[in-house]
Amino acid sequence: MIEHGRPADTARTFAQKALARAAGEEAVAVGQIVDARPDIVLSHDNTAPIAEIWRQFGQERVSIPERMAVTLDHAVPAPTVRHARNHAEVRAFVAEQGVAHFFEVGRGICHQVLSEEAVVLPGDLILGSDSHTPHFGWLGAFGAGVGRSEMAVIWATGELWLRVPESIRIRLEGALGEWVTTKDVALTLIGDLGADGALYRSVEFAGPGIGGLSLDSRAALVNMMAEMGAKNAYMPPDDEVFRYLAERLLARPGRRAGRGAEAGEAAAEVAARLEERALQPDPGAGYAAEHRLDLSRVEPRVARPHQVDDTVGVGELESVRVDQAFIGTCTNGRIEDLGAVHRVMAGRRTAPGTRMVIVPASSEVWSEALSRGWVADLAAAGAVFGTPGCGPCMGNHLGVLAPGEVCISSANRNFQGRMGDRGSEVYLASPAVVAASAVAGRIVHPREVTE
Amino acid sequence: MNGPVDVARPFRGRVFRYGDHVNTDVIFPGRYTYTKSRPEEVAPHALEDLDPTFVERVRPGDVIVAGWNWGCGSSREQAAVCLRYAGVGAVVARSFGRIFYRNALNNGLLAIVCPEAVDALEDGGDVEVDLEASAIRRGEAVFAFSPFSPAVRSMIAAGGLIEQTKRRLAAG
Repeated sequence: MIEHGRPADTARTFAQKALARAAGEEAVAVGQIVDARPDIVLSHDNTAPIAEIWRQFGQERVSIPERMAVTLDHAVPAPTVRHARNHAEVRAFVAEQGVAHFFEVGRGICHQVLSEEAVVLPGDLILGSDSHTPHFGWLGAFGAGVGRSEMAVIWATGELWLRVPESIRIRLEGALGEWVTTKDVALTLIGDLGADGALYRSVEFAGPGIGGLSLDSRAALVNMMAEMGAKNAYMPPDDEVFRYLAERLLARPGRRAGRGAEAGEAAAEVAARLEERALQPDPGAGYAAEHRLDLSRVEPRVARPHQVDDTVGVGELESVRVDQAFIGTCTNGRIEDLGAVHRVMAGRRTAPGTRMVIVPASSEVWSEALSRGWVADLAAAGAVFGTPGCGPCMGNHLGVLAPGEVCISSANRNFQGRMGDRGSEVYLASPAVVAASAVAGRIVHPREVTE
Repeated sequence: MNGPVDVARPFRGRVFRYGDHVNTDVIFPGRYTYTKSRPEEVAPHALEDLDPTFVERVRPGDVIVAGWNWGCGSSREQAAVCLRYAGVGAVVARSFGRIFYRNALNNGLLAIVCPEAVDALEDGGDVEVDLEASAIRRGEAVFAFSPFSPAVRSMIAAGGLIEQTKRRLAAG
């Protein structure tokens, strides 16, 4: 929206607009502290410990049950009795408090599920007790992670103070080449700018390159900005995003007033309403830094243990033998990712001594992969599948690593000990590179096994 | 387990020095995040994957000195709680992961950005932290840091975010 006679210094970033809206202010300045009221708050397996904190406030009811979304995803199905007890406490709390959005074991990872269910909409503020909450920027929402105590306070009061962050703009041009994905784009950016290259900042993507990216690819790129230290990240939502959400809202009519679709409403009407709600940064808004990236120049990249910004071209790694290849997580566990794996692995086999673990990001992804016949093909290629959820990403279960073992993973973090023993090593790469490495038994470019 | 130190008054301890980009997974491993939450459960695992001898050596009032981006990664609040209840009074760094920063102050663990102190303080050396004066001292040397806002100070004085919120809700 362009207002007449508006001086250039009132041009605003996405972050300014989103936090002004959430705080009920006309406008907010960078650096200002605002009391923001989130549209949605998410928690997952950590809901029970948050509830324990919240009970200290002596409230009988949470103040915002209609805004709460709870997904069991971090250790599902329960691997131990302690985890099972935790899940049981979460279910009891959700029932007691009438939490509006609850997703059971196996539905998938919170960020993927709340996207698929259209719980989060463009222009929303979503706060989550999970560090990958910036993920929802792919829908044009402002997502940021908070701690457990802060989540308990939001349940009690409906609000939390936030500082309006500086923004950096990353302009994407051109198109990705063959075997190159937005995971490679993310690793390129993080490698160049550093693991704190966007610390405290709002990363706002722009440019003609975005339109050529699939929705799954956009989600992966925005998701990874958490690894650059970003407070939130953002992509301008387009018609494809509005249609995606409109169809999903129509499939589940009767959502909370003003946030849903009426039965029988036309998809175009719902999409138009979403577009109206969406926030775009103003031309001339002030950025702390501006970067430009030509997508056609990006090559497959790998982050070496134990830092996500220690990246090299896949060809620069010589003979890194892998014990395990892992596909999954909120970063790269979607249908497009399984498609890339299928393209590389179908009709081939995992190398002797290398195992392949696939954990789809959601039950929808799982069903789609089943109906396309990919699951059978990948099982024949030697892959094993886990229940949709976070899998071994943070070392809970379903594929943790022994001392000295090496894993190549489509996840987002390769911190020491993250996926298991302190003496194990994790390399991060795109799903295609992970699949190729499973076939070769060492880290290779997908070309090496497909040509 | 040592238990927390009163950070509202000046406290003294020794320096434990670490590097850049120390993430919350090595501060408090993910394998415990959904089974251990209470202070007494988490404190024995502080820095387990970074410095396995830390828990045996740390004393109340000790201070962690680190480089860039301390506490990056996961939002797990236990990363702040485990340090606080192991006895650490403050983490002094060049910069912090933003969720850790908030978690730390919310739990009464001082997260102090002070590059001059990071440059000067040596591993094992004595140090004093004075919240009221916004100063870090080593012998005669004084390193000033930007004062915390009145809101943050009153939260720390109240005993952290939860205690502060309890009072706020009780007051209506």
